[in-house]
Amino acid sequence: MAEKIVIKGLTKEFVTRDRVVTAVKDVDLTINEGEFVCIVGPSGCGKTTLLRILADLETETRGEIRVVHSDPSKPLNSMVFQEQSIFPWMSVRKNIGFGLKCRRVNRKVIEETVERYIQMIGLQKFGEAYPHQLSGGMKQRVSVARAFANDPEILLMDEPFAALDEQNKIMLQEELLKIWETERKTVVFITHSIDEALILADRVIIMTSHPGTFKASVEVDLPRPRHIAELRSDPHFNRLFTELWGVLREEVYKAKASEGLTISDDDFHSDHSQTLADESRLVL
Amino acid sequence: MAEKEPAVRQTTGTDASVDEARSFATQVGREWPVDSGKRDKGRESGGRWKALLGFLSPVVVLILWEIAVPLGLVDGRFFPPPHSIAGTFWRMTVDGTLFTDVRVSLVRIILGFLAGAIPGLLIGLSMGLFRPVRWILRPVISATYPIPKLALMPLIILMFGFGETQKVITIALGTFFMVLINTMAGVLNLDKIYLDVAKNYGASRSDFYTRIALPGAMPLIFTGLELGMGMALLLIVAAEMTGAISGIGYRIWAAQAVFKTKEMFVAFILISLLGYLFAEGLSSLQRRVIPWKQL
Repeated sequence: MAEKIVIKGLTKEFVTRDRVVTAVKDVDLTINEGEFVCIVGPSGCGKTTLLRILADLETETRGEIRVVHSDPSKPLNSMVFQEQSIFPWMSVRKNIGFGLKCRRVNRKVIEETVERYIQMIGLQKFGEAYPHQLSGGMKQRVSVARAFANDPEILLMDEPFAALDEQNKIMLQEELLKIWETERKTVVFITHSIDEALILADRVIIMTSHPGTFKASVEVDLPRPRHIAELRSDPHFNRLFTELWGVLREEVYKAKASEGLTISDDDFHSDHSQTLADESRLVL
Repeated sequence: MAEKEPAVRQTTGTDASVDEARSFATQVGREWPVDSGKRDKGRESGGRWKALLGFLSPVVVLILWEIAVPLGLVDGRFFPPPHSIAGTFWRMTVDGTLFTDVRVSLVRIILGFLAGAIPGLLIGLSMGLFRPVRWILRPVISATYPIPKLALMPLIILMFGFGETQKVITIALGTFFMVLINTMAGVLNLDKIYLDVAKNYGASRSDFYTRIALPGAMPLIFTGLELGMGMALLLIVAAEMTGAISGIGYRIWAAQAVFKTKEMFVAFILISLLGYLFAEGLSSLQRRVIPWKQL
């Protein structure tokens, strides 16, 4: 497959009043065209910074990023943000069509595209509603639809479902899978949930804790189309979960330790034979 | 540039300029929007009592006033009894002076208001959106804003004489600052995420103005317009006290010279009515322009 994003030695430092904080350090990463990549790492590992650099909302301090823009008529990337980010002063339709409007796309095309995505996210009845009339899950649906409707070459998703309750999250993951499996865009999806990463991704990248850098890459060779309920009972899914958690747990404990929490030596070296049920309950 | 603005978010956590804008806005006498849900509840309970008492209290004041004058408790020369003010009101309505005064003042207010509000809005948006513009203009605005516009009147009269221009400019100055400061605060108060979204989705500079800053700042812009309107009413009276031959302010001044306090009170009523009508007009406009703020 063709390379879409090539990152080499990427480093980002933030200069605050009294010190320099390294958020991302020497990240090397290659993402292929049409690949769904999830980036997982402990909180504060610079995942969001990495994504914001890709979205051109931050500039890197050092290193090199090469992104192939193959179709100039399409925008290179569109981001789905973690927090509430749809415009309160625009109706659902206007929000979904925002990117197209900015690109001065023909009005007829905008209407048709918006209609298609509003159907896809099941908000037909709420087209003229304003965000304050929507629930959190609906708002995030609009946010996802806004990104897809913009038809970018790369979708950047920053923990888009993190703030949702479990039921809404599963529904949105299913919808995302459905949309993605028909469109096959390149997706960089950030999450702190191993579960979510395995459900969605072709490949999971694990980042180390502060400063964030590349730690491991795991291929998710689960067949598509995927169905969340079936995946959860799939033994291979569970094996991958254990494998990923094995890699990640060390980083999570390190991140905790650097926050000043005291952890006994046992926590670092405890065997990996804990049951899966226990582990999945751990909040990263 | 707006494009660089988001960088602040991650490095410092809080944007000092937002706080500044906030204190600016409270300086001009406005609190930050309160949870309107609470206010609505208050309106529901005891709504009938509220309406009844609201109607009764001014009526009681008028009756007490009417009684107090013949009893000698209130000096009728300064506070002519309400019925005589009503008579003068009627006479001025019939002979047309009332309409002339209102029309003349109204034209000055509207022209001055527009001449102040439009540049205030545009500069306020620019200062909110673009840091260099803010850096350049903020010191100038901060230095000139506290000068009472009345203190500038003698200079304005020197420059423009006693014509319509002098009056319109006086009002425009007062409105300008109110709208500018509140508009800027409104843009700075916008969550930075919306600027990030706009940038990531390829918004052009004009998109930033028309699709993000203007609608996003609209609630505070209306606060600015309301304050500007109050300022305009204040300044019209002052501006018409010098070198005018008609208008509500002139009427007050002329009445003083010949001790016609009743005409003064008629003028007070007119100003109060104008203020009420403007406030109503603005709030109905607000309901139409900001449908997304209604709950």
